[in-house]
Amino acid sequence: MNPADVVIVATALLVSSAAALLGVFLVLRRMSLMSDAISHAVLPGIVAAYWLTGGEAATVPALLGAGAMGLLTVSAVELLARSGRVRSDAAIGVVFPLFFSVGVILVSMYFRDVHLDLDAVLYGEIAYAPFNTLTLLGHELPESVVLMGSLALLNALFVALFYKELKLATFDAGLAAALGFAPGLIHYLLMTLLSFTTVGAFQSVGAILVIAFVIVPPATAYLLTRRLPVMIGLSLLFGALSSVAGYVLAILLDASIAGMMATLLGVFFFAALLFSPLEGILATRRRRARQRRQVAARLLVAHLAQAGGAGQLEETARQLGWTLPEARTALETARQGGWARLEAGRVDLTPRGLEAARQGPKLAV
Amino acid sequence: MNVLLEVFTDYTLRNVALGSALLGVVGGVVGAFAVLRRQSLLGDALSHAALPGICLAFLLAGAKVPLLLLIGGGVAGWLAALAMLAVLKYTRLPEDSALGVMLSAFFGFGVALLTFIQNGDNANQAGLDKFLFGQAATIVAADVATMALIGGLALVIVTLLYKEFKLVSFDPDYASTLGFPAGRLGALLTSLAALAVMVGLQTVGVVLMSAMLVAPAAAARQWTDRLGAMLALSALFGAASGLTGALISASAPQLPTGPFAIVAVSLILILSLLFAPLRGLVWDQLRSRGQRRTLQLDRALLDAHVLYNHAELSVAALAARQHTSEATAASRLRDLEARGLARPAEARWTLTESGLAQARILTGPGRGGPERDLERALIAAARLEEGQGVRLTALRHETGLPAGQVEALARELVGLGWAEPCPAGWELTEQGHAAAHRLEAQLRRAALTPARTGGAL
Repeated sequence: MNPADVVIVATALLVSSAAALLGVFLVLRRMSLMSDAISHAVLPGIVAAYWLTGGEAATVPALLGAGAMGLLTVSAVELLARSGRVRSDAAIGVVFPLFFSVGVILVSMYFRDVHLDLDAVLYGEIAYAPFNTLTLLGHELPESVVLMGSLALLNALFVALFYKELKLATFDAGLAAALGFAPGLIHYLLMTLLSFTTVGAFQSVGAILVIAFVIVPPATAYLLTRRLPVMIGLSLLFGALSSVAGYVLAILLDASIAGMMATLLGVFFFAALLFSPLEGILATRRRRARQRRQVAARLLVAHLAQAGGAGQLEETARQLGWTLPEARTALETARQGGWARLEAGRVDLTPRGLEAARQGPKLAV
Repeated sequence: MNVLLEVFTDYTLRNVALGSALLGVVGGVVGAFAVLRRQSLLGDALSHAALPGICLAFLLAGAKVPLLLLIGGGVAGWLAALAMLAVLKYTRLPEDSALGVMLSAFFGFGVALLTFIQNGDNANQAGLDKFLFGQAATIVAADVATMALIGGLALVIVTLLYKEFKLVSFDPDYASTLGFPAGRLGALLTSLAALAVMVGLQTVGVVLMSAMLVAPAAAARQWTDRLGAMLALSALFGAASGLTGALISASAPQLPTGPFAIVAVSLILILSLLFAPLRGLVWDQLRSRGQRRTLQLDRALLDAHVLYNHAELSVAALAARQHTSEATAASRLRDLEARGLARPAEARWTLTESGLAQARILTGPGRGGPERDLERALIAAARLEEGQGVRLTALRHETGLPAGQVEALARELVGLGWAEPCPAGWELTEQGHAAAHRLEAQLRRAALTPARTGGAL
């Protein structure tokens, strides 16, 4: 691993950390798509900064311009939604394409063939990270590492300092306001930091892929835990894992580094979606199937209890409108619960089964 | 203006314009349902998710076959929508996060594939990245035919299932109880969005497609409350902005079509939001300013009434009572004068008969007593009168008051200058109409707020 690799991976790690720290709260506050809107809408701000500084890469003006555009986007969406004429999702859906279009038009009219080409707008070029350096305290450091390091630190400070306020404003904005915590201020701070992070990450992962770093790791963590600190930790972990593995894969396959990282984030998400013990599709299906079997078994027991505590399986199935296999499954579940016995096609309720039928909710058959 | 003519003569421009207009129509119609179903951002996710499909179709075919690429994109978007539905069905992840995950993960995969292809040695790949923002200039007649086929399919489905789609969009639960497969119809509408995305891939590209679905529909919604009209307007807006984008980009080299179409459709939306009749924000502002003014005058009249009865009505006294400057108080009194409710009397002001009556009405809607009867007579007269005058018998019917009292009330209305005799009985004067109008507004307000107690003092 040469120094360039280290710089690239370090940049990616910092981008994913900075993004995931904010993303956790965006996902919980159901505002994930604000990151979509902001990441598109900062483009005119960045272009304006390029234009004002004469086409040079200018970090601070770009940050300011994009921060302003980010807040403008948030305000425009809220203004539209509050006018009552357009729902908030539609408001997001029209605001950012407009801003992004203006940005694209500006790029194609004035900045064709300069540093700012459209590919870089979309998926950045993290491979250039080692080449842009700046001198800080006598050391020559990669600009991206310094920039994203500062942003990650800033976001970490924000989350650490305002942890209680963030938590309260996220889970109960009304209570937060009643207690004097100013959830509105927290909201705008979050949006400002999101704009900064988006622009900072813009050069390395591009305007659209930054959404992947903001939303996907927290969404993956959300499927795996119900605790906020664990969710933050898992988000950081998934971000870091995809950064490292995505880089390795991208080099092997000769594909976009940022694109590969986003792909891996998606892979982690789908893995969690399938296999999470808490919310995964497999676990949920298993749980729902078990619940169905339990209900069927209770129904069977209740029906038999009404019929005097015993009955022919086929006859019972017919009465309940079940197929024979369905009835057998229900009987099997009832037998596992010690509620019923099967002898020569005749089902007998055990004393426990009778007790269950008496205790259980009255089921109309 | 040359550009406009060239639409008919220039081969490239004709294709571009046709393709863009086609996208506008299909996006407008399909998008209207998405907006009504609160799925505005689904189009965004669908279109971003189309990118890996395009790339995979290219990898499989080894060449840029337009129809294959479009189908690849549509299928990938459709898969993303299905995955999103699965997330919503099985987990508690919020819908916006589910959308965001599909959008960014699929797009990321698409970017990885795209760069993988670009860095490979297939010489056919040049121009594949044009699907990101679209490049209408490369559209040829065969592309337009493909787009017309796909878009036509979507429009035919909408026409055939119009009633069902309408029901599902406005009240899916009711649709279910009627026996319509609401879930499957919803999924079909989502699939239509995927078709619209396929039509838009070459013109506006995957990144900006969502606006072509959302903005025309949101704009059309401001103009009408009827679904049919909304679909037609939405299609019209979409087509107009598509054409605008095509024409602008043709007017100079290096201008992209898609972004200009988006800017055009956004402008239409902004204008609609501001100026559409009834729902326009500008009219809203004017209306609420008028209402504020009416309220302000009512309050001035009430305060003037109190001063007139209990002290002296002068500019200074009104200013003190209303906590405002003398200039403002004077202008309010002049406004009252202009409406015939007050008039200057030497150094003071006095209320006219009409002003006194109106003040009495304002102090107590909802009370019984003589004023209440007068109010009822006035409103009843305003309702009865349709240009041909009011008869006393009709008024008696309407108010349910004894004949003698109705006659006395009518005389009182005439005395206030609110009514005058006419051949058919008598009719309300302009002032009378205004008073009735204000009174009705006042009663509506009173009905909406808890009952007030007592008068102004």
